[in-house]
Amino acid sequence: MTTLHDTVFEAQLARRRLKGRLFELVALIAITIALTSLALLFLDVLYDGLGRLNWQFLTSYPSRRASRAGFLPAIVGSIYMVGLMVLFAFPVGVGAAIYLEEYAPKNWLTDLIQINIANLAGVPSIIYGLLGLEFFARVLGAWTGGRSLLTGALTMALLVMPIVIISAREAIRAVPNSIRLAAIGLGATRWQVVRDHVLPYAMPGILTGTILAVSRAIGETAPLITIGALTYVAFLPDGLRSQFTVMPIQIFNWISRPQSAFHENAAAGIIVLLAILLSMNALAVFLRYRFEQRLKG
Amino acid sequence: MHTSTPVSEALRRKRSRDMGETVIRYLLLLCGLVSIATTIAIVVILFWESVQFFRDPLVSVWEFLTDTEWTPLFTEKHFGVWPLVVGTLMTSVIALAVALPLGLLSAIYLSEYASARTRSILKPILEILAGIPTVVYGYFALLFVTPALQKIIPNLAGFNAISPGIVMGIMILPMVSSLSEDALHAVPRALRDAGYGLGATKFEVATQIVVPAALSGIAASFILAVSRAVGETMIVAIAAGQRPVLTFDPRQPIQTMTAYIVQVSLGDTPAGSLAYKTIFAVAFLLFLMTLSLNVASHFIVRRYRQRYE
Repeated sequence: MTTLHDTVFEAQLARRRLKGRLFELVALIAITIALTSLALLFLDVLYDGLGRLNWQFLTSYPSRRASRAGFLPAIVGSIYMVGLMVLFAFPVGVGAAIYLEEYAPKNWLTDLIQINIANLAGVPSIIYGLLGLEFFARVLGAWTGGRSLLTGALTMALLVMPIVIISAREAIRAVPNSIRLAAIGLGATRWQVVRDHVLPYAMPGILTGTILAVSRAIGETAPLITIGALTYVAFLPDGLRSQFTVMPIQIFNWISRPQSAFHENAAAGIIVLLAILLSMNALAVFLRYRFEQRLKG
Repeated sequence: MHTSTPVSEALRRKRSRDMGETVIRYLLLLCGLVSIATTIAIVVILFWESVQFFRDPLVSVWEFLTDTEWTPLFTEKHFGVWPLVVGTLMTSVIALAVALPLGLLSAIYLSEYASARTRSILKPILEILAGIPTVVYGYFALLFVTPALQKIIPNLAGFNAISPGIVMGIMILPMVSSLSEDALHAVPRALRDAGYGLGATKFEVATQIVVPAALSGIAASFILAVSRAVGETMIVAIAAGQRPVLTFDPRQPIQTMTAYIVQVSLGDTPAGSLAYKTIFAVAFLLFLMTLSLNVASHFIVRRYRQRYE
């Protein structure tokens, strides 16, 4: 026997459930919009650039004629710049992470360093570019050679430092304390514990973070524009103080030209850039997976 | 005659080892201090060059903050920063109108509705969106989204605020959804179960229990999204134009603060010239804006975070 109350409740319940289903649909649409944009972006770039992507494009220097222009100095410049950047960012970033995790006493200085790193991660990249322009290119210009490969690498190293530090700290924190205690119990000094036990154990995690930092640096454009990486470079960098260009800057240069033939070059360049980034991200995911397996084992 | 006994030999070794340990400790501290030095260098450089800028007889702080014209590269110079600020705010507002609702809805879907399997597929794909270089988004905005929008919106200029705004929103979306989802995920199951126990539907639990419980984390992600949008450079430099004119019409070309810095950097601006100093003054304002947003986000998480154990 149903009362009036029950029928009202049932009717309302049906409405409440309907509302819930509608909401689920809206949420699903939201995430679909995000995924569709990603698909559209990839398809657009592939459609525009795939026809232009060939061996000549990968091995030629830029040219005033779009059909003869190539991506070589940009690819080489990116590799040099990022390689050099890792030489600075990796030791300093990992060193800072080791200090914060293994050595730092609980005091105001440690707090300051931590808050500061979190804040640095939120500074817009173009501001790092102005730091590089003023400090590395102008003040230290006599050593760095001004708007050079070295200036670019140093600027980028500061930019990715928070990423390296934060991920290295997480990896170091994940090392079980029993390992440290066992080593200390056998008479190892603090540094011996870190060097022989903590670091080897944390290394896959640290490398994952470094790869993420590198892929961030490969895609960065704005800070290198402000420090004055060139947009037209018909040579390969021949030293630390050489002028240079990188992939995103060459792409930006091609986008800014009015002729659509150059836009095809930009799209082809983007395909190369994205292919490199995606394979690096895949490597990072793989390393993280290996790392997690090892911590479980 | 002095002979070294095993004991003194061991002591000597220990002493040199202790010294090595101390040296390493200070080297590592030095690495940590690099980050502090970076911050100090940023503040000092931006502040110093801005002071130089305002010292110029042509410029005053008052004009910078009240004039509505920005023409430092013309003969007839005006230094009112408002056109750049309004341009920045306009593209940011459009980006946030896209990123915040879509990001939060995606987060709710991933955290409350999606199965573990769907989640493990969708999350990495969203992360790809976050890893795409901004210059690529710029290409997409200028050469795909703008032409597409021109078919829908009449009088949409080739450079405008709408298209880069929308694309920037897509770029920020994964950050919002990822941080919000972390916050939603941290809400303990007991709270959800209590809701179900009282007869709430899944929708009611999600919107009236889980989202309010995770509000501090969601708010923090929103503020970080604003900070990202304000500081974003390449998308707007490519697709929004280089026209620093005070307008609230998003169909027109505009210029943001970041795009102005790019424009000056691309030109042959000698160091020490007035135009060179303007980019530091603009950057200083930008730095203050993003810094206060980041600090606000940090503060909200610290102050309002509910700790569930």
